[in-house]
Amino acid sequence: MMEIPLEHGLILAIALFLLGLTGLLIRRNIVFMLLSIEIMLNAAGLAFVLGGARWALPDGQVMFLFILAMTAAEVSVGLALILKIFQKYRTLDTDEMDKMRE
Amino acid sequence: MLNYLWLLPVLPLLGFVILAAAGKGTSKSLVAWVGAGSVGVSGLIAIGIAITFFAAPPEGMAFRQTLWTWMKAGNFEVDMALYLDALSLAFVLVITFVGFLIHLYSVEFMREEEGYHRFFAYMNLFIGTMLLLVLADNLVLLYLGWEGVGLCSYLLIGFWYSKPENGYAAQKAFIMTRVGDTALAIALFLLFTHFGTLAITELSAAAGQEEEAPFFWIAALLLLGAAGKSAQLPLQTWLPDAMAGPSPVSALIHAATMVTAGVYLLARMHVFMELSPVIMALTASCGALTLLLAAASALVQTDIKKVLAYSTMSQVGYMFLALGVGAWSAAIFHFFTHAFFKALLFLGAGVLIHALGHERNLFKMGGLRERMPLTFWTFTAGAAALAALPLLSAGFYSKDQVLWYAWSSTAGSPWLWGAGWIGAFLTALYTTRMLLLAFFGESRTNPQWTPGWRVTLPLLILAFLSLTAGFLDMPHTLAEVDLFADWQHRVLPAVATAAEVSVQEYVLQLVSGVTVLLGIYLGYLFFLKYPAWAEAVTRRWLPVRLWWYQGWGFDWLYDRLLVKPYEWVAKINREDVVDDLNQGFIATGRALYRLLISTQSGQLRWYAFGIGLGALIIITVILLA
Repeated sequence: MMEIPLEHGLILAIALFLLGLTGLLIRRNIVFMLLSIEIMLNAAGLAFVLGGARWALPDGQVMFLFILAMTAAEVSVGLALILKIFQKYRTLDTDEMDKMRE
Repeated sequence: MLNYLWLLPVLPLLGFVILAAAGKGTSKSLVAWVGAGSVGVSGLIAIGIAITFFAAPPEGMAFRQTLWTWMKAGNFEVDMALYLDALSLAFVLVITFVGFLIHLYSVEFMREEEGYHRFFAYMNLFIGTMLLLVLADNLVLLYLGWEGVGLCSYLLIGFWYSKPENGYAAQKAFIMTRVGDTALAIALFLLFTHFGTLAITELSAAAGQEEEAPFFWIAALLLLGAAGKSAQLPLQTWLPDAMAGPSPVSALIHAATMVTAGVYLLARMHVFMELSPVIMALTASCGALTLLLAAASALVQTDIKKVLAYSTMSQVGYMFLALGVGAWSAAIFHFFTHAFFKALLFLGAGVLIHALGHERNLFKMGGLRERMPLTFWTFTAGAAALAALPLLSAGFYSKDQVLWYAWSSTAGSPWLWGAGWIGAFLTALYTTRMLLLAFFGESRTNPQWTPGWRVTLPLLILAFLSLTAGFLDMPHTLAEVDLFADWQHRVLPAVATAAEVSVQEYVLQLVSGVTVLLGIYLGYLFFLKYPAWAEAVTRRWLPVRLWWYQGWGFDWLYDRLLVKPYEWVAKINREDVVDDLNQGFIATGRALYRLLISTQSGQLRWYAFGIGLGALIIITVILLA
């Protein structure tokens, strides 16, 4: 089996992370912002797995499992919040919600 | 018995706690039992301790009782420790004995007053802190007592607080004495810096070896502290106003005990005073000047209590004069007799004022001799002692000692004796004036009150002591009795008499004795036989009379020198320069807040951007560093 160099994997992880960050910053729809965060978390998970593979340790995979579990929890809470927000504001545009600071 | 020493201050303090906790509804007899009882038991224990002390003197003629370590920080250690020797024993006996008599008197005297329990709570607190002051083993504990009696003095002068002028008088007393207290505190700091301890015996022992310490400043600051508490020049103006308090308070605090705390302090720290002859001379001059000024002021007062206040100031002046010439035991002896006769005079004046419906003006009294015979006779005994009536009264023996040493001590001089001599004449004159105006002449008022046994018994006991306490220490020309001096010389050094004194002791005694009789006779002529003379003199010297009446204008002077400039500075600094700094802080904080609040936009994506930017900066720093 052909070894994939670590650098390639890391570049992919960075690209994924930046994609997610860009999405988070430019999208105004809160559902898409949540999606972007998921992408960033997956980029981080990928970096863990790559590290684990590079040094032949199970820790990277274990960390990824943790991230998965955490993400699942986060999504459930996040979606519940989004539902409440939509009920209150009748919109999903975050810029419309800037009165929440008060 | 000596081991019960700690009970002396604790019992009155306990009484204070109980009375302070008691509410308005507490029965008056219970308050009286607790208030007077705690001091009475304390007095009995004091007598027991005194008997033990004389019968089986403790080692080194001093007894120390360490209760616990009060505070400790580095090499600074203060014990809660009591120290009893001949000097503190003399004060303890006077405080508890005279204190108890005054409490007994107050039980009846204050009966009708609002705040009966408050009065006894303060009085008990006073006795407790005063005992702490004189029993303190170290200067910190002494300072605690010193401030405690100052607080009680403030509270009791302002006892009738519903009248604003009483409150002002209390504040004046508190603030004036605070000047002296500050000086005393600085003296303590100096002592600790140079000797590393504040225990009095250790300090006295170490003083001789040390040469570098600023003895001049220590002695000067001690003197200023003592002058504040004892109403001597230049801090004397609070005492006449302190008469706003009830009469028993004046008797206890402003005559018998608290005002003599300065005398106690200087006698206790005599080692340091002796190391600084300039300050000793200053003490003597300060006392001589005060006794003259106060005696002159007493001569023209119309308020009976103010006459007594000025006479107290004058008598404490005699004590300072004695301290200044190194006659320590003479000063303490004068304190001892003065406590009896001045307490008696204040209590007697209290009876008069009460019986005449709060009338204090001497010129509205008169002719009370037959209406109030018991008060008259006891008051006369006190007045005789105050005027130092030769041979018969206690005041004569103690004052005679002071006068003799003022001349014959190595630090003394004919000038100091002269001041005391003129003072003795003035004292006889104003005492006679007070007595004649109050009790002789035509009757102008009708006394409304016949005092009961609780009032008359203290008067009788004090009158007896005013006549006899002097026999403890007779002048050598009359008899070889010096019990008191022997007793005190175990603690205090004897007077260094000059090798050759140009006059014989009996000549001076004769001169001062005749002067006193002359003063009394002149008083009789001026104020009873030919009152027109007094009026003529008064009319002729009206400005001088007013000047003396105002206490030589010291209030006016201090008002111009200190109060007015202060008010002026306060006025021009209305906007408060110092406050600008604080306002500056507030303005800067507010500007920063405005700056930061603009970042709180509520835009979720801006926050995400901020987090991302922050993470980027941190990572960059980590990578580059």
